[in-house]
Amino acid sequence: MKQDIFQAIADPTRRAILTLIAIQSLTPNAMAEKFDMSRQAVSKHIKVLHECELIKPEQSGREIYYHFNAKKMQEFDHWIAQFRQKWEIQFNQLDELLSTIKDKK
Amino acid sequence: MSNNLLFDFNVDAEAKTVYITREFNASLTLVWDAFTRAELLDQWVAPAPMRAKTRYMDFRVGGRRFYAMISPDGQAHWSVQKYTSINAKTNFKVFSCFADEDETLQLPGSDWDYTFIEHGEKTTVMITIYNDSRDRLQKMIEMGFKIGFTLTLQNLEDLLATLSQKI
Repeated sequence: MKQDIFQAIADPTRRAILTLIAIQSLTPNAMAEKFDMSRQAVSKHIKVLHECELIKPEQSGREIYYHFNAKKMQEFDHWIAQFRQKWEIQFNQLDELLSTIKDKK
Repeated sequence: MSNNLLFDFNVDAEAKTVYITREFNASLTLVWDAFTRAELLDQWVAPAPMRAKTRYMDFRVGGRRFYAMISPDGQAHWSVQKYTSINAKTNFKVFSCFADEDETLQLPGSDWDYTFIEHGEKTTVMITIYNDSRDRLQKMIEMGFKIGFTLTLQNLEDLLATLSQKI
């Protein structure tokens, strides 16, 4: 599941789509227009983003608007933060080791 | 954080690369040793309550380090690092790969680049981790996540123990 998000955000066009709909929800047609892409190309990107739940569709009359799912992005950030924390703890341990060695000298 | 040493951490999903920069309050010689000598590495690379154990380490180009990260329950996660380039007290590069206890590599691995710069009484270490595949990048973060999560739980246990003593 996390891997899907990686794949999703590794693509510059999909990142641009996310940035745009984070500000304002859009229909697939509006996205195609803004990015000067075919409907098929947009549909492909929407599929990837939707599968990893980074965006959510909402029916409004006859149109489907895609919204940015901030909660999912937060989950992902949290996941990365745990990895960062591992390093932080390792380095703090190294700080202690370095100061112990220095004191001995 | 209790100190004000520089710590920078970035994951670039598109480049499949992790960038880490950290400053240490020690001389270049000392920091270089801490990254290149087994008896020192084992004292800090595993975030407590995990511990690291190097089975052997041959720090020269073409040489290897075979080591394990051991969880509190005794489970060992083995890895192999092959040294691909060494410029004393400046830079070294390793190819790092998860392995089993018989030293069989679980490819693909990742390429690590360590650069050391001394400035005044401090030393900055820059680490770049490049993964061939996004799967591997994910696996590496997943591993770090598990460790980070264990630590969070451990910290919670400590906190609960402290709180219960107060009652």
